[in-house]
Amino acid sequence: MDSGHTAWMLTASALVFFMTPGLAFFYGGLVRVKSLVNTIMLSFMTICVVTIVWTLWGYSLAYGPNVTGSPLIEGFIGNLSVLGLEGIRWEPLDSEGSFGGGGVDVLFQMMFAIITPALITGAFVERFKFSTYLIFTIIWITVVYAPVAHWVWGGGWIGADGAGALDFAGGIVIHITAGAAAVAAALLVGKRTNPGLQPNNVPYVILGAAILWFGWFGFNGGSALLADGYAVNAMLVTQISAATAATTWGLIGLFTTGKISGVGVATGAIAGLAAVTPAAGSVNPLGALAIGLGAGAICYFAVELIHRTNLDDALDVFAVHGIGGLWGCIAAGIFAVESIAGDGIKGLIQTGSFEQVWIQAYTAITVLIYTFVITYVILFVLDKIPGLGLRVSESSENQGLDLVEHGEQAEVNDGAN
Amino acid sequence: MIKIEAIFRPERVNAVTDSLVAAGVTGFHYQNITGQGQQQGVEVITGRGSQTATRSAVSKTLLVTIVSNDKKDKVVDAIISSTRTGGIGDGKIFISEVSDIIRVRTGETGEEAI
Repeated sequence: MDSGHTAWMLTASALVFFMTPGLAFFYGGLVRVKSLVNTIMLSFMTICVVTIVWTLWGYSLAYGPNVTGSPLIEGFIGNLSVLGLEGIRWEPLDSEGSFGGGGVDVLFQMMFAIITPALITGAFVERFKFSTYLIFTIIWITVVYAPVAHWVWGGGWIGADGAGALDFAGGIVIHITAGAAAVAAALLVGKRTNPGLQPNNVPYVILGAAILWFGWFGFNGGSALLADGYAVNAMLVTQISAATAATTWGLIGLFTTGKISGVGVATGAIAGLAAVTPAAGSVNPLGALAIGLGAGAICYFAVELIHRTNLDDALDVFAVHGIGGLWGCIAAGIFAVESIAGDGIKGLIQTGSFEQVWIQAYTAITVLIYTFVITYVILFVLDKIPGLGLRVSESSENQGLDLVEHGEQAEVNDGAN
Repeated sequence: MIKIEAIFRPERVNAVTDSLVAAGVTGFHYQNITGQGQQQGVEVITGRGSQTATRSAVSKTLLVTIVSNDKKDKVVDAIISSTRTGGIGDGKIFISEVSDIIRVRTGETGEEAI
């Protein structure tokens, strides 16, 4: 075994884990203080519930060997051979020097499964019923996340063994699925009754974004799945894209409003991180600069555009993660260079051919549609089940979800303690 | 000159301030308060276990404005129309006389200083 590779992957797993608590504060700072505990708890309970699902059947469905038997379902989902993680290899690397199918792989991929539903929660904060969310997460991981992860990374029809789409660290698997699910959720749960005018805590937003940024080094760097040159490049381009997108967002804000907003720059950084995610294994530093520039500009205007519609995607999950992820997937097809990507993979700038861009686009959009439809159906059914339902009552929404769902308050400063 | 103090649901605050401006009120201040009326308190979890307590910690907003006597009905109507839901917890309005007002910048007093 190679202890260096193993040490890096264990570290990267912990880094990716820390993104979800970071996200909790990023989202928490953006809502109103009466639903702050609830917003943080949505992410925190996602960590707990998804870990259990992943252990029992999630990993097996996502990363187990392809189900066989019918050509219709081959490449669609993993089989049930490692239910409950029985029979997982504990030796970190296999004889070919890969972590695939071992305990390290289970741990690292678990953290990705955790953050994805947590990202969706930004669409429906301040009005979603907590118990329904927990049930939704269990179903969503099973029928959306696990199949899509299998398509891209588990030997399914999208990834290297299939169409050959480039999705290094989850532009499709994490950001496009989260963005598409966010639209379905926002549509079904409806608009907030009295949306707040300002975030309750801008420092939380910036701190949360910084924690996400920090964790993203594990997210992208770890997706090299070895401590090798891919990991070095992935971490470098991650940093470049995040910083460029944040700067771009800040400057567009400066030109349109006359001020550089802290929330705006933090959001820009997240857009740059989401966009570089699928491309981190195939683009060089200048490519990352272009991706960051594009992410900052495209996501800024996506946010503006969606705010003009009737869709109340409260914390802009679709505009930042859906659009950012989609841009990143396309950009991977544009800016991929063979010296980084290897295997003869070349993007539009090297070949002048749209072949890789087309592969990126149709796989990403297929996943977007699949996720939207399935998520819509899940939530539509949960809404009809007596005792569940998606939305709290209007009086509960007005009182704030902290007291209603948790019996707690984020801040008690009335002297009655 | 009268002082109008209104207690109402916090989520109504933007509606109230908009209606006050529309009614010709030139200034007001408000703050978040907690307390208890007919709505009673709220149940909170007090520790790590299952202990709960009912606290008189219902969130409300207290708004204060000073207006001339002839605006009284208009302002009261504005507050009621923007806060009434018909349920317990809609709040209360207190009205009292103000003996004088002084604008610090100019030294004006009485109605001129409103």
